[in-house]
Amino acid sequence: MSDQAVDYHQMWADLGLDLPTHDALLGAVGQLFGDAYLTQDNRPAGMDYLNFVMSEVHGLRIKELDDFRKSGGKVFGTFCLYVPEEIIRAAGGWCVGLCAGAEFAYDQVEQIMPRNTCALIKSFMGFKLAKVCPYFESADLVIGETTCDGKKKAYELLGDLHNVWVMELPQMKREQDMAAWRAEIVELVHKAEETTGNTITAESLRAAIIEVNDKRRALQRIAAACAADPAPISGKDRLLATQVAFYDDVPRFTQMMNALADELEQRVASGEGVTPKGAKRILVTGTPMALPNWKLHDIIEKAGAVVVGEEMCTGSRYYQDLVSESADTVDDMLDDIAAKYLDINCACFTPNDGRIEDVVRMAQELKVDGVIDYSLQFCGLYEMESHSVETAVRDAGLPVLKITTDYSMEDVGQLATRVEAFLEML
Amino acid sequence: MRILGLDIGSRSVDAVWLEDGRIVDWAVADSGFDPGSAATDFVGRDAHDAIVSTGYGRHAARERFGGSAVTEITAYGMGASALFPAAAAVLDIGGQDTKVIALGSGGKITDFEMNDKCAAGTGKFLEVMARALGFSLQEMADAALAAESGVAISSMCTVFAESEVTGLVHRGEDRRRIARGLHESIAKRTLGSLKRVNARGPLVFAGGVAKNPAMVTLIADGFAGEVWVPDEAQIVGAYGAALSAEGSGGG
Ligand code: SF4
Ligand code: SF4
Repeated sequence: MSDQAVDYHQMWADLGLDLPTHDALLGAVGQLFGDAYLTQDNRPAGMDYLNFVMSEVHGLRIKELDDFRKSGGKVFGTFCLYVPEEIIRAAGGWCVGLCAGAEFAYDQVEQIMPRNTCALIKSFMGFKLAKVCPYFESADLVIGETTCDGKKKAYELLGDLHNVWVMELPQMKREQDMAAWRAEIVELVHKAEETTGNTITAESLRAAIIEVNDKRRALQRIAAACAADPAPISGKDRLLATQVAFYDDVPRFTQMMNALADELEQRVASGEGVTPKGAKRILVTGTPMALPNWKLHDIIEKAGAVVVGEEMCTGSRYYQDLVSESADTVDDMLDDIAAKYLDINCACFTPNDGRIEDVVRMAQELKVDGVIDYSLQFCGLYEMESHSVETAVRDAGLPVLKITTDYSMEDVGQLATRVEAFLEML
Repeated sequence: MRILGLDIGSRSVDAVWLEDGRIVDWAVADSGFDPGSAATDFVGRDAHDAIVSTGYGRHAARERFGGSAVTEITAYGMGASALFPAAAAVLDIGGQDTKVIALGSGGKITDFEMNDKCAAGTGKFLEVMARALGFSLQEMADAALAAESGVAISSMCTVFAESEVTGLVHRGEDRRRIARGLHESIAKRTLGSLKRVNARGPLVFAGGVAKNPAMVTLIADGFAGEVWVPDEAQIVGAYGAALSAEGSGGG
């Protein structure tokens, strides 16, 4: 597919990246990918697309963003599921996810942030401070949100370095919260229109709703195929698909993922799996796993089990619900968007029973043998909610393993022992 | 069928030779700088039909000697319930890690917890503290048992606790009370882990630290159930590993 080794250094330099540091990062990600992904057996052929995307992760896609911007388009960087992609796209903008999943430039980060900040925040700050993320540098506007305290404060610091705008997210889901959230959505409409210079119309908004729904539908198909035993695709590969969904071209990605889903459905029909039938099936729940964070999935799957679902923002929370497609006016569509987004079950809400119900329901639908609850260290929200998750899963008759970790590789040996022991226990 | 179970830990390498589910021989060696060579000696010592390795060196051992590997959790669970079929929980305090395992019916593992991130509360911790107090391990345990009450030790971190102990000694605190306080703080932490996994008695206390009478007394005092210590507390893991082999006769 690629013309082999196009040199993108000029483009990266023009974006203001620190080239030597960036080369080092890219090399490390490539190695990580090779070790975690290219060593897998029985991968679906449809994964070739994602392999290709990964091989061009800072190349071709950045070139596309670059061309888009040169023709007057605007790129919006986001960190959280609550920022509606539909609105950005209806205004003619493109969205890219900026969450980062690798330990990078922590020494610089820790000069401006406490050490005990979660890895996700430290990582995106590190990428920004070290000037190694071309997505960050391609973002004309970064949209933050008042989810957890760490991110809220991090956006203030980020504001010194980048063009940042923050949405206020309620912490409860009552009527008055919905009203406030609906008003924030309108603010986002204005901000998006102002940034792109385009007006959102009923036509553009409807088209965006359908387009993003289609992306979610494709991912839903992939997820649904994993209810089969043997699972037709590894958890790592499914996770990668969700991670890439945050920054790839929407219609192309949807098309490729539907092709992958076709293949998976055929595999299921013919009983073909990525692991032998009877391999232990695991549901992972917890904090999001941003690219290139494949650490836990890699440990689980190298130990012989298969991850069949992710109840996380890089998983079901991203694609399980659609925006209603029945509205005709912009106002009604914004109502639908507000409703769908406020329905996401993130631990920054209280209460958050919906998430617990999702975990138990997914565990049953996917016929898992056990649940692994994953928290990033220093993420008070998910660490705190872990107990409710554990209790509910145990009450449903399934074992749980709680893992708290970060992006470093120091604890991989210990985690592997705990995961292997958990699998032996199932 | 003769099976060799190897437990390759950070402090010692333990071996058990099993024939039809019964231990025919066992051995324990210091890991030293090269746990592989101790293991190689054991492997070469006697003929066997299968090898199962456990402990942190299990994967390396499997690559080197073949056979299979199981985690310490499974190995200790199987070993303890084979030795004591009524066991409902296992505690293992080894050289550098601690594990607690809750067992259900038929010795099935229902939950576990491991502390393997640092030396807090492990054999290594006790060694460092004994040195700081100028005791041997045995003397420290005896001193702890002789004291009526312990000094509260505020840190479980080996480094901080060591300087705390040195400070207490300089202030003229009774070394026996310090020794007791150290044991008490490990016991308290361990009892907390046991509670978190809902461990009930009888509890099998294995691992090198189970040879320490002060630890056994304090755990038994704080635990709501019987505490049993196997005669050869150190080889439970190697025994369990051997039992996990198919056709071991151990079930
Ligand atoms: S976990 Fe919560 S705050 Fe984080 S991305 Fe998901 S929805 Fe946003
Ligand atoms: S993982 Fe937790 S602490 Fe970190 S950004 Fe997400 S919600 Fe905030």
